[in-house]
Amino acid sequence: MTDHKSNFIDQAIQDLNNDGIDRRGFLKCMAWAGTGLVWTMSGGIPVSKAFAGNPNRNAGHGGDFSFVQISDSHMGFNKPANPDVAATLQAAVDKINGLPGAPEFMLHTGDISHLSKPEEFDAVDQILKSAKPKDVFYVPGEHDVLNDDGKQFLERYGKGSQGAGWRSFDKNGVHFIGLVNVLNLKAGGLGTLGPEQLEWLEADVKHLKHSTPIVVFAHIPLWAVYPEWGWGTSDSAQALAYLKKFGSVTVLNGHIHQTMQKIEGNVTFHTATSTAFPQPHPGAAPSPGPMKVPAEQLRSLLGITDVNYVRGQHALAVVDSTLG
Amino acid sequence: MLRTSVLIKVLAAAMMSAMPLLAATLTVEANAQQAPPAADVKIDNFSFGPATLTVPAGTTVTWTNRDDIPHTVVNTDGVFKSKVLDTDEKFSFTFSKPGTYPYFCSIHPKMTGKVVVQ
Repeated sequence: MTDHKSNFIDQAIQDLNNDGIDRRGFLKCMAWAGTGLVWTMSGGIPVSKAFAGNPNRNAGHGGDFSFVQISDSHMGFNKPANPDVAATLQAAVDKINGLPGAPEFMLHTGDISHLSKPEEFDAVDQILKSAKPKDVFYVPGEHDVLNDDGKQFLERYGKGSQGAGWRSFDKNGVHFIGLVNVLNLKAGGLGTLGPEQLEWLEADVKHLKHSTPIVVFAHIPLWAVYPEWGWGTSDSAQALAYLKKFGSVTVLNGHIHQTMQKIEGNVTFHTATSTAFPQPHPGAAPSPGPMKVPAEQLRSLLGITDVNYVRGQHALAVVDSTLG
Repeated sequence: MLRTSVLIKVLAAAMMSAMPLLAATLTVEANAQQAPPAADVKIDNFSFGPATLTVPAGTTVTWTNRDDIPHTVVNTDGVFKSKVLDTDEKFSFTFSKPGTYPYFCSIHPKMTGKVVVQ
């Protein structure tokens, strides 16, 4: 176990409240990482429960709902790490359609395409049409804004957004914020939100009640996962400062093609798996390039993230499920 | 003596007639030396190799992407900028003016390099 993970566990254990999960039980949940782990947020305090043991999942209370995060489809990628990314995206949609209870909508946290080609976006759109949730909210990954600074992305997916594609909307009392951190990247730097977007964010959340649950979604992690590989956002601290007053903030990211969680105060950070190919753990390879695994293992490293909200508990449960 | 003298004359004539050929050969060689020199940078494992390349002015540098992930080659001062390079795709730029040209991958900005033109 890495120091990073040990620290995370220690920190998380300190945050556990009286929900009957002891240290041993918690570590058992940790073993679910990558195959299914639930984070339930109660009043800003994250607690963990195994997927199957979550009694609140789609319990049918008024105002409860769930949504799904998918990420890093990389349509057009055809290298040995996954020669058929269309098939694995379809498998992800099948997984979504098989979830108990119907997710209301989907978030796609970027790298929809591999090379920003129109036919790649078209192929994803076609596959996602077969998903039960019809509304999809997108933020771009760096692979979606190649050559045109995101013009095509905005034309296709930017309806209702502002600036380079950032947006906010409310669903059943939860405030969702989609941020763009893949444009105007500077040499040697990380992901960037930029002053204009930060100004918009500050104004966007200013008048919200502190008890409003917040869900932020963006492509590159909004925490320093591994800056050496560019896995972080240079001005994310400023964005998070605007969200400090809220009791429950859930940050959903992609980009790193693996699940990872971190808790910092009232903020739970979570990264999703890709539907296309896995990437190595931070520092575990010479570069973050696509990781080739035996074919029979591939789908166990790809997946979707399902998020449940139960009104009255200010609770969001984040569940990762693999494709195989 | 006579025979020797004739031989010298023949040799001299042969040399004279050979001169244009010799000169032509030299010219070709000179042209070959003056042809724009070339240098290569490989993009591998999310890095530029060599990270610093020093070349004489007039050199055409060609970057080749050997990764399974696309990259770009973008000068921080806007002098040159490639389109996105997929696996095995190339980008070339001829450096006519001396100077230092820092560049990076605009998709993965941790990837940086520079070309020093002398």
